[in-house]
Amino acid sequence: MRLEPRLETPWVLWLAAPAAAIGASLLIAALLVLWSGADPFGVFGLVIKGALGSQFALFETLTRATPLIFTGLAAAVAFRARLWNIGGEAQFYGGAIMAALLGTGLLPLPAPILIPILLIAGALAGALLLLGPTLMKTRFGVDEVVTTLLLNFIILLLVSFLLEGPLKDPMGMGWPQSRKIIEAAQLPKIIAGKRLHLGFALALAMAALVWFINTRTIHGYEMRAVGFNARAARFAGMKVDLVMVKVALLSGGLAAMAGVSEVIGLKGNLTLDLSPGFGYAGIVVAMLAMLHPLGVVAAAIFVAAMFVGADAMSRQAGVPNYIAHVMVATALLTMVVGMLFTRFRLRWT
Amino acid sequence: MAALEIIFTASLWAAALRIASPLIFATLGELICERAGVLNLGIEGIMTVGAFTGWFTVYMGGDLWVGVAVAAASGAAFGLLHALLVVPLGLSQHVTGIGITLLATSLTSYVYRVSLPEVTSPPKIEPFQPLAIPGLSEIPFLGQALFNQTPLTYLAFISVALVAYILYRTPVGLAVRMVGENPAAVEAQGIDVTLLRIGAVMVGSAFMALGGAFLTMSAFNSFYFDMVNGRSWIAIALVVFGSWRPGKALLGAILFAAFDAYQLRLQQIVAGIPYQFFLMLPYILSILALVTMARRAGYPRALMIPYRKGER
Repeated sequence: MRLEPRLETPWVLWLAAPAAAIGASLLIAALLVLWSGADPFGVFGLVIKGALGSQFALFETLTRATPLIFTGLAAAVAFRARLWNIGGEAQFYGGAIMAALLGTGLLPLPAPILIPILLIAGALAGALLLLGPTLMKTRFGVDEVVTTLLLNFIILLLVSFLLEGPLKDPMGMGWPQSRKIIEAAQLPKIIAGKRLHLGFALALAMAALVWFINTRTIHGYEMRAVGFNARAARFAGMKVDLVMVKVALLSGGLAAMAGVSEVIGLKGNLTLDLSPGFGYAGIVVAMLAMLHPLGVVAAAIFVAAMFVGADAMSRQAGVPNYIAHVMVATALLTMVVGMLFTRFRLRWT
Repeated sequence: MAALEIIFTASLWAAALRIASPLIFATLGELICERAGVLNLGIEGIMTVGAFTGWFTVYMGGDLWVGVAVAAASGAAFGLLHALLVVPLGLSQHVTGIGITLLATSLTSYVYRVSLPEVTSPPKIEPFQPLAIPGLSEIPFLGQALFNQTPLTYLAFISVALVAYILYRTPVGLAVRMVGENPAAVEAQGIDVTLLRIGAVMVGSAFMALGGAFLTMSAFNSFYFDMVNGRSWIAIALVVFGSWRPGKALLGAILFAAFDAYQLRLQQIVAGIPYQFFLMLPYILSILALVTMARRAGYPRALMIPYRKGER
């Protein structure tokens, strides 16, 4: 048995890969649910109902998808250039820290000025957090996977320090949380009275922007070329290290915007549990989307639906909501296998 | 001056070896995988699985050593999954490894919750007890520091010697080292590259799981989510720091753990510095170790390069 490269990929396969991924993760989840003693069909029914079954559920899913679109785009941009940014979590908190630092009264500006400043400052913080590991990679040949992973732990400790020290909420009754952001810093809701906020629209705009950069600019072309074959790109006269830096700034900035948007759009303050792993989930989103920026939106909504639906199901059926995490991880692994078969075919020898 | 005196206490070094033990297992496991040319980022998840299965076996009434064996076997099982995806299929070792970590940790959380639905605080088990080596443990200072540890710590040290011996003194070890440098040469010797790599990843993953099992069976006595807490990523840094050699990696792990034990004690006598900065030190130190060693590191030539028969 061996793998043989395909000369062309039938379009059916491009759809079959995600379908197989979702199918396989459903199958494994069904077995796990069965083992826990519950009825899989009933449980899946509750998950779907909890994610999409009502107007409330639908808005909740889109709200949860918002940070995932940002972190998914961040991973997609980086992975496309083969910059393995696993530090989405650190960059997320980098953005959230800036929002809490500048948005709680330090800058008494009107909303139309303050909100863009918060977003830009947050994005800069995230960009710098990825720039460090990227420079270590280009200068010293240090594997960025490990450095970005280690940074996740460092930044989380920094958040813990800030919440017990300089950013501590004096009215917080001892909880590790920052003060609430001022009114001018709050992102408006898309529909009054609902939790869905303008961050979702911004995430969609960023997906469109990344798509535009990828397909319509020289930067996107260079990023792809470096990802395909860095040596060939260098031979073609591209400054590979500079391209990597651009990728890092874009990717880190995008992940950080997720943090800003969660603070100023949804939660209103910085806490230690602001991200239930949005940075890591972004990697799954990017892979499910086959690194395509518009696919990221769909994949983020799918992953968010799983999480929101599983939370609702867990409250009713008592099956632990970790089942959603298992499904998402299985989907990631089956997706990479599926993608392989869009490029290769199996030959029996 | 109190800060300096700490260094000369036996309790510091005893603690250092305790802290080093899970790191030694994990580093050794990753080293075996990478020596065979496979990066295993499933390590964090595999350690979590080992921590859970070892603990759970004992909690269900199993013997401690049976728990150790179950942990190793479950680690090897996840190693097999990783190896099947990256060796014969040649998938991205980065993405697959992260996927294995996510799968293993979420699966562990799920199984824990389903198996123990009623528990509010994590139940404790009767862990490994310190085993004083007769004679040696009575040596002043050294006896207290080295020879009054739990059996798993001794096992960690024995494993390093064993792995070093196998890697450098046996045909199997030679083949493993060669497959990480030049798989085509291994093929030319009539050895199956795919099987060899899969085997190495499974053995390495079993060691990683032992590192996890140490946490529940010899340190904290119960299982918590997120208890591995990035130790595995530090282990990956230690592999680079040790230039892919078991002895050097052992030295790195002990140095690192001694530093960690030292900062824990320093926290108590240095006032005014928030504890979070002390807790950051191990991670910062790992990054620094990577930066200083990366240039000089003679990494396995075929690391992360999938081997396809007949391809140049």
